[in-house]
This record gives sequence, C-alpha cells and structure tokens, in this order.
Amino acid sequence: MTVRIVDRRQDSKNKSSINRSRFIQRFKGQIRKSVADAIARRGIRDLDNGEKIGIPGKDISEPHFRHGRGGKRDMVHPGNDRFNTGDQVERPLGGGSGQGKGKASNEGEGLDDFVFTLTRDEFLDIFFDELALPNLIKRQLARVDEYKRVRAGYTQTGVPTNINLVRTMRGAAGRRVAVGGPYAARLRELQEELDRLKRDVPGDPDIERIEREIACLKARREAIPFIDPFDLRFSNRIRIPQPSTQAVMFCLMDVSGSMDEQKKQMAKRFFMLLYLFLNRNYEKIEVVFIRHHTAAEEVDEENFFHSRETGGTIVSSALKLMQQIIAERYSSSLWNIYGAQASDGDNWNDDSPLCRQILGESILPCVQYFAYIEITEGAPQNLWLEYERLQETHPECFALQRIGEVTDIYPVFRELFHKRLA
Amino acid sequence: MSKKKIRPIAEGSDWTVEAIERYDAEIGRVARNYGLDCYRHQLEIITAEQMMDAYASIGMPVYYHHWSFGKHFLETENRYKRGHMGLAYEIVINSDPCIAYLMEENTLTMQALVIAHAAYGHNSFFKGNHLFRQWTSADAIIDYLVFAKNYIAQCEERHGAEAVERLVDACHALMNLGVDRYKRSPRLSLEKETLRQKEREAYLQAQINDLWRTLPKQEVVEMQEEERRFPEEPEENLLYFVEKNAPLLEPWQREVVRIVRKIGQYFYPQRQTQVMNEGWATYWHYTLLNTLYDEGRLSDGFMIEFLQSHTNVVYQPPYNSPWYSGINPYALGFAMWRDLRRICETPDDEDREWFPDVAGSDWRETFNFALSNFKDESFVAQYLSPRLMREFRLFAILDDDTRKNLHIAAIHDDRGYRGLRRTLGEQYNLGSSEPNIQVWNVDLRGDRSLTLRHFLHDRRPLGPETEAVLEHLAYLWGFTVRLEEQLPSGNVNLLFEKKSEKRRREG
Repeated sequence: MTVRIVDRRQDSKNKSSINRSRFIQRFKGQIRKSVADAIARRGIRDLDNGEKIGIPGKDISEPHFRHGRGGKRDMVHPGNDRFNTGDQVERPLGGGSGQGKGKASNEGEGLDDFVFTLTRDEFLDIFFDELALPNLIKRQLARVDEYKRVRAGYTQTGVPTNINLVRTMRGAAGRRVAVGGPYAARLRELQEELDRLKRDVPGDPDIERIEREIACLKARREAIPFIDPFDLRFSNRIRIPQPSTQAVMFCLMDVSGSMDEQKKQMAKRFFMLLYLFLNRNYEKIEVVFIRHHTAAEEVDEENFFHSRETGGTIVSSALKLMQQIIAERYSSSLWNIYGAQASDGDNWNDDSPLCRQILGESILPCVQYFAYIEITEGAPQNLWLEYERLQETHPECFALQRIGEVTDIYPVFRELFHKRLA
Repeated sequence: MSKKKIRPIAEGSDWTVEAIERYDAEIGRVARNYGLDCYRHQLEIITAEQMMDAYASIGMPVYYHHWSFGKHFLETENRYKRGHMGLAYEIVINSDPCIAYLMEENTLTMQALVIAHAAYGHNSFFKGNHLFRQWTSADAIIDYLVFAKNYIAQCEERHGAEAVERLVDACHALMNLGVDRYKRSPRLSLEKETLRQKEREAYLQAQINDLWRTLPKQEVVEMQEEERRFPEEPEENLLYFVEKNAPLLEPWQREVVRIVRKIGQYFYPQRQTQVMNEGWATYWHYTLLNTLYDEGRLSDGFMIEFLQSHTNVVYQPPYNSPWYSGINPYALGFAMWRDLRRICETPDDEDREWFPDVAGSDWRETFNFALSNFKDESFVAQYLSPRLMREFRLFAILDDDTRKNLHIAAIHDDRGYRGLRRTLGEQYNLGSSEPNIQVWNVDLRGDRSLTLRHFLHDRRPLGPETEAVLEHLAYLWGFTVRLEEQLPSGNVNLLFEKKSEKRRREG
C-alpha cells in the first residue's frame, strides 16, 4: 500500500489572514498609538518601510489561572557543575532565566512588549484609516510620457561598455575549472604512476608512454581559453514606463520671531504627515520649502526647520513666491499641487486681505488642496478671519485648522483629510 | 561496519513526490519489522506560511477563527523571519488517518526525518498510549473540528463577531481548567454532534430554567436544608460547570463553551506526555534511519545532514547557559528510551539493582508496556536511571520564599537519586504544576454568586493574571464570582470578588 501524499501548497494560502486582521482590528487603538509614536521618530521622507509595532504585553496577554511567585517549589535542572547536596545558593537577581527560576520566567511578568511588524501597507492603512485625499481629479490623466531605465539582471549579449567584469570572470573561472577538471585529475594520476615507475622500475617502456600522455594532456589543458565569448555577461537595463502621477508639495512656514522651536516642531510633524499621505497616492513627490518673515525664500529642508530668523511677518511674500515657483516649474497640467501653510497667526494687518486675494485668485485655482494650520492657543487673528472667508468660497480645496499642542496634530490632520462624501 | 554496496533510496537533496513515496515505503518496512503499530497516515506538503498557520492554530488543519491565533501567527512569523527558530519538522495530528506535514522548503533528508519522526514515531505513540486511547477519538477529531469551525462561524453571523469573540476569550482563559481529569468524555462524531446539538440546546435550557425556578411551596423544605450545597461535590472542570449551570448563557453560548472545552480536553493527553511522546518519536526516527543506513539504503551525506539536525533537537543546554529554558523534553525523552533499551539489552549491576524487572528483559516488550501505561510523571518516576541522572548532571533546587537562599536539595549521587527522580516526576505532574481551583459553591437562594476555591499547595500563590481570569468567569456566569483560598490549616481567605452586572437575556 502506498502512502497518500497530498499537496496542500495551493489551497487556502492566506488562511491566517483572517486571524491576523482580527488581531489588528482588536488592538487598533494601541496599534494606532504606536504608529503615531513611530511617526514622531521618523524623518520626513523616511517613510517607506513597514513599522515594528510594540503593544504592551499586559494588554494583549491571554490570562490563565497560574501560580505566581513565592511559596515553596522544587525544580530539577541539568548540567550541575559546582553544587553539592546541602549547598546554599543566593537567589539570582531578577529571578528570570538561568538558574533557580527557569519556570518562573514562564509564569512571571510576561509584560514585555509584544512586538511585531506591520507591513508597509498595513501601517499606512491604519494610519490613514478613514482619510481620503480630496480632489483626486487630476490623477486620472496619468499619462505615460516618461520612461526610466532600471537594472534588470544580466544578458549574454550587449555593447562592450556594458560588460560586467565580475560576472564574466566568475563564469570563465567556473568554466575553466569544469572543463579542466578531468584533465587535472588524470594528470595527477599519471604523475603518480610515473613517479612510482621511475622509482621502482627504471627503464620501463611505459615511462615514455606516460610522459607522452602527460605532455599531451598539458597541452590540452593549456588550450582551454582563458575567456570564451560564451563567458561574456553584460549588465542589462530596461526601460520601464513612468506614469506621471507626480505631485509637488509646498510647505510654507512662518519663521518670524514669534515662531519658537516648539511651534516649528509641530509644523514639522504636520508637514510630515502630509508628505506621507501624499506619498501613498503618488509615485513621485517633490517638496518645496518656503519660509518667510517679512520676505520669503526657498530653502532646503535643513534650513527650513532649523534656522532662526527674527522680525515681522508678511505672509503674502510666501504666497507670491509659491505662485511664482508654480508658474516657473510646476505647470498645473502636469503636476498635482498641494500646499500646506503653518503659521502662528501673526501677520501684518494690512497684508491679510492681500493674502486672501492671492490665494483665492491665483493659487487655489491651480492646486488640488491647500491646508492652513495655525499653531496658537490665543484668539484667532486677522489672517485666520480672512482665511475663513476663503473657505466659504472654496470649500472643496481649502481647509484650515488650529493646533494648540502636539497631541492635536494627528486629530487635526485627520479632520482636514477626513473622508467626505462626494 | 561491514562494507556493503550502497543502494540509496533516492539521490539528491531536492525532494520529489516519488522520492518521498520510496522513503516512506522503506521507513514503513523497517518500522513494521520493529513491530511499530501505527494508524494509517497521510503526508501533506505545505508551505512555510501554512506551517506557521498550523502553529498558530495548535497544529489543527481546520480551526475556528480568533484573534489570539493571529497573535500567535505574528509571533511565530517574527521569530522565523529573524531566524530565531527553524520551523519544527513535526506537526502531526492525532487523527486517523494520522496527518503529518512536510514543509516544501525541507530537503529530502529532512522530509525522510519527518516521516520517520511523525508518521511512524508520533503516530505509533498516539495509537499505543493509554491516555490517547482513552481520552481522544482519533477517527472523529477532524470531523469535530469542522463542526466547531462551522458552528462558530454561524454564531458570528447570527450574533456578531464581537459577541462570539468575547465569549471565546473567556473560554480560552478557563481552558486549562476545562478538562476532566478522571472520567472520559463520550466519543465525538460530526453527525451525532450536529444532531444532538439542537437536542442538547433545548434540554439544557429547560434544565437551567428549572434550576433557577423558585417554587414557593418548597421554600419551607428548603429552609431546613440551609446547609445543602450546590454543587454537592466540588467541581474541578470549570468550563463544564459553566456550560451546564451558568444561569444566563444562551444555548449557542453553551455550545461554544462546550466546543472550547472539548478541544481543550483533546489536547490534555499531549500536555501530559510531552517527554514520552517527543522522546519516543525521536528515538524512532533515530533508530529507523540508522537501521536503513546499516542496510546500506542511505548515503553518508544523508546521515550527516540527518545527524546534524538530530543533534540539534536533542541538545540540552546546562542550567547556566543563556539558552537554557528548562529541561528539553526531546533530550530527556530520547535519552530515557535509549537508556531503557540499554537496560534491557546490556544491564550492569546498578541497573539490576534499580530495575530488577526490566534488566535483561525483551526490549520490545518493555517498550510496549512503557508506551501503553505511562505518562510523563510516572514514566520519569519509573524509568529514570541513576546513570542518566549522572549524564544529565541533574540537581534539584529547593526554592522556599521563607528562606534567604536557594537550597540544593539533591544532586546526582547515591543520596540524591531517589529524591531527584521524585522531584522531576512531580515536575511533570500537571495536577501540581497547575493551581488547584474548584467550584466550591453557588448561592442558589441568595444572589446566585459563584464561589471558587483555590487549594494552596506548598504555599504557592496565584499569579497576577488571576483577577483578569476571574473577570472572564464573571462574564460567563453573569453574577458575582468570588475566589477564595484555602490554606492547609483549613482557614479560608477571600482573594477576589467580581461583581457582575445582571445581564438580561435579549428576547
């Protein structure tokens, strides 16, 4: 009777995915908190990975009736190397593993974090759960008009500039070993035979025969080419289409004297969230940093967040610069444009109506979405009031929120991008 | 070893179905020569992911869904990905036919090892050991699991996944104390189970209703019986008690409690025979493959790969090693079976003194006797020889929290052998390693509160999770639940009390 062998590899591939998703569902609260913590640690563009998530062990443990510490217990352990009956040994500190309390580690605290890895998708899903990008209209015109070349292994044909030396030489060495091996083995044998004959029976007629054969084999072995056309390997590159779902994100921040380090940090978090969020929807994202006090300038990320400026505030300068950059570099037919502005709300009074005008007339028509956050705990000032009027006229692509402290950022962000019924 | 012509069963390290078949046939032939009595078996080829799945659902091919299995899956996956563990080569299901999993990543050698270990080793253990024979029904378990899965899925549809999850959580918390230790449950079968399930629902509900009905005219009589307890005898199977007596559970909830309880019961023998079972399977893969090698059917390369993984499995790190986590059941079990055969075949004076009945007896008969009639606790107490204690360099530590230091109670010397053996045997006694908690009383005429009693053993208190478990029990019971602790002196302390809000049954 032959045994039954069943190949189950094809069935029910993700059998555990139900259990896995139930697990995530159940601990969504904790997981989301971990995710939020994780965000706080990461750099603005360093968001491409999954995340290791820790959940406090006590939240997740499955309790059972068990013995706790204490009382009297006898345990047998292996590997005695020093003890004799009646010895007194000090209790090991912590009582975890190791001698004395092997079992206790199973029963004891078990409060270590339960750590597991969310896939990148799971991570972002949880993070952006229930959020949606408004105004996704332009995505649909994702045309393929660009290609990029990527490495794609090796081929046996190609142009000389693309020869891959390492691969070629490795192949050649292998071929020489493989082809020359039998000759070498035979040579060794013959040489031994020859030595033996020369030593034991000098003058044997075989000696000459063997010497001839050796010479012949050596010649053959040397005839093995060092490099054969067969060995050549070329680095291969192929063109892959690059759909132009690209976006540019403008970060506008007030760096006047009233924006202290803490407020900047909050703004940074906010920009990061936005970047991450856009990154989920677009292949390629460019970020433009514009900072301003009374005048605006475009800077790199480092300067954007860390340099200090003082002085008054003229917000319109930044908006003008943004408008100008859009016109020069990011034509709105090719780019999805997002703007995020962070400020503490101070502005030179006469400037605020101008801001509203620039935003409403030149910027909002060509952006997908523009979000304004005001980082302040004080009463709203004139910029806020002007912007509020803008929101009434452009509810679909403009939103504004106020952030009081760090913990507000995530809720505010969620509020800004909360899924709206179409 | 005499020089024999090697006719390997199959070549290469990649497996094919044909090669597996040939190996299975050869291993089976040798196993039959040794007189191993097995269920029929079936080999299933699965992926690493499926293996982790199987891990998560305690090896079962079908199982109901629950978040905790997702958690175990993540845990396993994590450790596997970091390389902390190889996936075991032995998930085997105590069913008839016995199902053994072969992972596709394994080399041919490993597949042969798994076949010998699981399909012949464990399989014959399941068939031979009295605990498995008595307590589990190999021919019906898969059916029952299918029934359980479908039933729980239906419940989720009807009552919502959340409600079912809450219930299963609570049952899982009590699973350890949901086994009958002394009487066997009736045999399971899918048809019978489905048929009887409705019957049971109706009947049970009637019982419960009856239990709680207070009939005015009986009141007088009851007053006289003030001392009458319910249950009359303390009940150690908490889940059974809940299933049969919890006042507010709905019929489907009782059924779910029953399912969790039944499955827990099914695994009880495995928990009691870890050392014996793993040792037995390891002993047999070792013996079967060595026999094949001696016959010249296995190549040297095969043996080297096999021995390497065998050695890893039976490695016992010493107590002070960073890898030490208790006694490795594979190591101890394997060594004990091997030692038992040695005692039978080539006993020395010490063995004759310690094992007068066994020394010099026929080893196959002795093996069969030991296989059928023991569990870990008694197996160790019966067969652990002084020679093995020396080999393992065993020593016993007495940890008494009233003393400042740990005390070395016994080591591997003449004075210590018996003590060591007793202590180690006791260590495998589930009855004493798990807390002894019983249903003590239900206040039938009062607030319907349920009182559990923990019988303190060696002054060992309950762990910090106790309160959480009690909460789960209170959820099941629906009324106040109390946990008392009885000291050896007879004094009783109240440990916890969980007041539960009365939940009215819907509809």
